[in-house]
Amino acid sequence: MKEASHHIPEGLIQAYVCGTLPHVYSVVVAAHISLCDECRARMETLEILGGALVERLSPIEVSGGLRSRVFEGLDATAPSRLRKQPKANGIYPGPVVAAMGGEPPRWRSLGGGIRQQILNDDPEGSLRLLFIPPGMAVPEHGHRGLEMTLVLQGSYEDCEGRFCPGDVEVAQEDVDHTPVAGPGEPCICLAATDAPLRFTAMLPRLLQPIFRI
Amino acid sequence: MSLDGQIADFIEPVHREMAVAKPAPAVQNGEMNVETILPEQVSEPTVWLIAVRDRRDRSAFAQLFDHFAPRLKAMLIRSGLRDGAAEDVLQDVMLAVWHKSAQFDPHRAEASAWIYRIARNRRIDLARQQGRPVPDEIAGASEEQPDAGQILALDQEAQRLREALGKLAPEQTAIIEKAYLGELSHREISEQTGLPLGTIKSRIRLGLERLRHELKDLRKE
Repeated sequence: MKEASHHIPEGLIQAYVCGTLPHVYSVVVAAHISLCDECRARMETLEILGGALVERLSPIEVSGGLRSRVFEGLDATAPSRLRKQPKANGIYPGPVVAAMGGEPPRWRSLGGGIRQQILNDDPEGSLRLLFIPPGMAVPEHGHRGLEMTLVLQGSYEDCEGRFCPGDVEVAQEDVDHTPVAGPGEPCICLAATDAPLRFTAMLPRLLQPIFRI
Repeated sequence: MSLDGQIADFIEPVHREMAVAKPAPAVQNGEMNVETILPEQVSEPTVWLIAVRDRRDRSAFAQLFDHFAPRLKAMLIRSGLRDGAAEDVLQDVMLAVWHKSAQFDPHRAEASAWIYRIARNRRIDLARQQGRPVPDEIAGASEEQPDAGQILALDQEAQRLREALGKLAPEQTAIIEKAYLGELSHREISEQTGLPLGTIKSRIRLGLERLRHELKDLRKE
């Protein structure tokens, strides 16, 4: 895969490392870093800072019981609670496979060949996969708060440029953009928003509650 | 064998080995032995973690445990856990260090950074309903030929970062510590200090910016 040319802003990588970024955005950050060495390096730089901060802490004595339990565990297999995230599968990085519950995508049609699967929808934010046939536009929409979109297959183009696999678009509040899928393979992307997408064209807006987009 | 005996086995050889440790042959079974090519300046925890990774070295693991467990406990308590809960998380973290050490790549991380990641991820796993999403590992990274120069360069750069950290005003350090070691949301920080959210965020940024500039200055020297 060619190197990604649209990256995650520094502040969002920091929030991810610190654990303050809501879950749906964290999935997009982890998925992008799976595909982008540049952002991985930035994450690992911040982890070096985290490690340096740990080194500076005043030690607090641990119990002898803890020490025994850890050393007893060395010969056993790793406890099952130290879960392993599923591996990448095809175009889907491991964190996306995990969000899909390890299953292949279960698309629901939105009309016009456009499909989606909602992976997560809670008060903290929504996470979905979108499938857009070549040349098709996702209806014009604005959104509240922060929207992050990661391309997994194909490409799309909007007022901010062209986005190819591995590229991530971060849109702030009140940006109306109309992504149009590029030629070739259908565009599949992962989108995180902190509120349901709000379409500005009339019909999709009427459909919004039904399709939850 | 009694448990005490086992632990003694892990701990006892440490001092003897450290005292007389001499490099093993540089090539074992046709593969480079990383430990023997490490320059002396590389930080001890990184050397211990490589020994755990490559030789399942229990005495090196005991060194890692004694160095990091009490500091990680301090970190977990800062993140809002009580003593017992902090030790439960710590048990998982130290076991993960042992069982996942094959993923450690000293060209990209110091031991402290890699262990920090494990501890923070485990803490976040417990704080959220959904598991912490983590990037896929780079395939085959640990099988590459070790490059002593690159390992040392990273180690020295990290040392400069620590020095830069030491030069920050205590207030700035406190803010960075809260973000990286503390509770898991900016809102909680705001409640603790009574400062408005926007101020906290910009102060975190300012603190990091200062850190970055100091690093930059150091690189010019």
